[in-house]
Amino acid sequence: MFANFDINFMLFGVMPYVALTVFLLGSIARYERDPFTWKSSSSQLLRRKHLIWGSILFHVGIITLFFGHLIGLFTPVWVLDMLAIPYGLKQWMAVLIGGPAGVAALIGSTMLLHRRLTDPRIRVTSTHADIAIAGLIWLQLAIGLLTMTQTLQHMDGSEMVRFMMWSQSVVTWNINAWVTVVDVHWLYKLHIFLGLVITMLFPFTRLVHIWSGFAAPFRYLLTRSGFQIVRSRRSRPLEERRRAFDKRQGHSAPETPAE
Amino acid sequence: MRVRAQIGKVLNLDKCIGCHTCSVTCKNVWTTREGVEYAWFNNVETKPGTGYPTDWENQKRWNGGWVRNARGKLQPKQGAKWRILANIFANPDLPEIDDYYEPFDFDHDHLKSAPDMDHFPTARPRSKITGERMEKIEKGPNWEEILGGEFSKRSQDYNFENVQKEIYGEYENTFMMYLPRLCEHCLNPTCSASCPSGAIYKREEDGIVLIDQEKCRGWRMCISGCPYKKVYYNWESGKSEKCTFCYPRIESGQPTVCSETCVGRIRYLGVILYDADKIEAAANAEKETDLYDAQMDVFLDPHDPEVIEAARRDGVPEDWIEAAKVSPVWKMAMEWKVAFPLHPEYRTLPMVWYIPPLSPIQNAAEAGQVAMSDQMPDVRSLRIPVKYLANMLTAGDEAPIVTALERMSAMRLYMRALSVDGVRDEGIAARVGMSGRVIEDMYKIMAIADYEDRFAIPTAHREQVEDGADIRGGCGFTDGNGCSTGSQNTYSLFGGKKTKPLTLPTETF
Repeated sequence: MFANFDINFMLFGVMPYVALTVFLLGSIARYERDPFTWKSSSSQLLRRKHLIWGSILFHVGIITLFFGHLIGLFTPVWVLDMLAIPYGLKQWMAVLIGGPAGVAALIGSTMLLHRRLTDPRIRVTSTHADIAIAGLIWLQLAIGLLTMTQTLQHMDGSEMVRFMMWSQSVVTWNINAWVTVVDVHWLYKLHIFLGLVITMLFPFTRLVHIWSGFAAPFRYLLTRSGFQIVRSRRSRPLEERRRAFDKRQGHSAPETPAE
Repeated sequence: MRVRAQIGKVLNLDKCIGCHTCSVTCKNVWTTREGVEYAWFNNVETKPGTGYPTDWENQKRWNGGWVRNARGKLQPKQGAKWRILANIFANPDLPEIDDYYEPFDFDHDHLKSAPDMDHFPTARPRSKITGERMEKIEKGPNWEEILGGEFSKRSQDYNFENVQKEIYGEYENTFMMYLPRLCEHCLNPTCSASCPSGAIYKREEDGIVLIDQEKCRGWRMCISGCPYKKVYYNWESGKSEKCTFCYPRIESGQPTVCSETCVGRIRYLGVILYDADKIEAAANAEKETDLYDAQMDVFLDPHDPEVIEAARRDGVPEDWIEAAKVSPVWKMAMEWKVAFPLHPEYRTLPMVWYIPPLSPIQNAAEAGQVAMSDQMPDVRSLRIPVKYLANMLTAGDEAPIVTALERMSAMRLYMRALSVDGVRDEGIAARVGMSGRVIEDMYKIMAIADYEDRFAIPTAHREQVEDGADIRGGCGFTDGNGCSTGSQNTYSLFGGKKTKPLTLPTETF
């Protein structure tokens, strides 16, 4: 049974599902079970120095990268064909947008990691998980930028299409997805592997704040019309209380100024 | 009209002796935990001074509170919603812990464990964040106590605006007062408005502003949003914390810890009825000096039958309406007009009000020829400049402060005449627009300040808010993580600290 066992099958065929399952179930479990630990773990209060630039560079860079990967990998190939976008052009876009974003994120990440390791206040208040995840992300960014050396050698977009096929096959439950990435350069493989590892660690680290970061604009801008929040612990809402009162008084609502 | 009730508070600065009992009892109850050593939900500042955190009143620097924007709409000074979201990665208006002070402790153990030495052992300071030795302490929670530090630094005090402050640096002209501060439990809080997660809310039943610890994500916009800098970031838990107005005590009809323990009996708690529909317009008053009047306009007279009817209709419990009628807060703020909101120009409509302090006549040498108007000393010749108090309490409008100070000195004159000469001098009362009966009531509440007169707190109506079956088997008040116990190790799977199981003391024989 294991005669033609291939480590690539484990890494790129099975691991994505394991990682996504851990990521989703872990996030739900933490949100439900330990909401108090769900936070961004900001250390800005303890040391402002290097955080402002580091954090902005890192976050703007990595969010660009996130959406770049999301759109780049999960846009079906037929959509590109329909819009008549040459694969080479798409790859150029990826390089031109992803490159600077990657550099910005790496600079920011370096500043933040340096600050976390060398500033005594930040160092002692960091958990092992904080340091580990910061290191992993730094490594992932560095490897991602290193893959650029390979990417620039074949700008026809064929390699990129293989990654698109792989990720789209994974999310469409195609068990043979792994075959498409078997013979890509090891740097790409390492990048994918680390990405999956980070996905798996996600629910157990401060990374959960990403969920909230994406939710915040919707919560704040769309679902909250005004600024203020008033919570009532009373079991009956105001309108119901007013109706009940009016009924008790045996007359219809007394005139109140229009609201 | 939408009637709501709030437990309001008044602090009589005329009687504050600056003993810090409020701060210490508050700290012992609420902020002795790791991560909030630097946080004082209640602190007492010596004024003039830059306060805690340093320079907190300077909103040009911290961008706290609200502003009317160019279109005449109200928005947080730190920016509209999109602007606040854009600052989520790094908040440019957030103070650093050094703006408060680096929390420290002393090596007390060294005093008894030191070996035999030539010199007496000392307890040197150590940082509570890093655990490292601190060679010099640069700042503390009450660094300017009793006018500590140079005048040039203390006079950065924002309340000196439009005051010729140089003369107050001279020994003969110096003045001093205490300002105890806590969360204002505003009608229009900027902290809650700034929270992208919607974790901060005002309670409908009693107006207490709280932070939902399970919804807080540590975006820290509330800390910069609050102009009083009374929301604190817990660097250990990564969540914001603030004064809770001791809500478990208030709910059971007890005063807050700071009020209960106040030695000078300067703190008053009582119900204020207010019209929630008027808040927005009041906070958006065009002129800053109108904000004090606008806020009083939001408050509803509990003796007005129409208000009582509307309050009943909106579900304000009967005993709360009764409490509002005897509320010392209502009397001092609305009937006698001796209490004022702290910095109304922040447009937060704060609900902790202050009675300005009287002070000695400015120049003792001139005491014989001090400006007297109708036998009363002119309050403008008092040591603490009226303008200074006005900058603090009425956005610079001196007239209401003058009236309050005159009423307070009239109370002293009237009561002296009554107790020394046995004369009820209605003339004195009439001069400040009051009657002898009102002044005697004022004296009873402000000067004698019996426990029953200071606190008129109706209990919460649990039958309206809780289902007994739901809380059965619940966790009660816990610090943070609810019922979750975490794992056996120091850290749980999700990174939170393990909560220690409660061990009950066992009997030993």
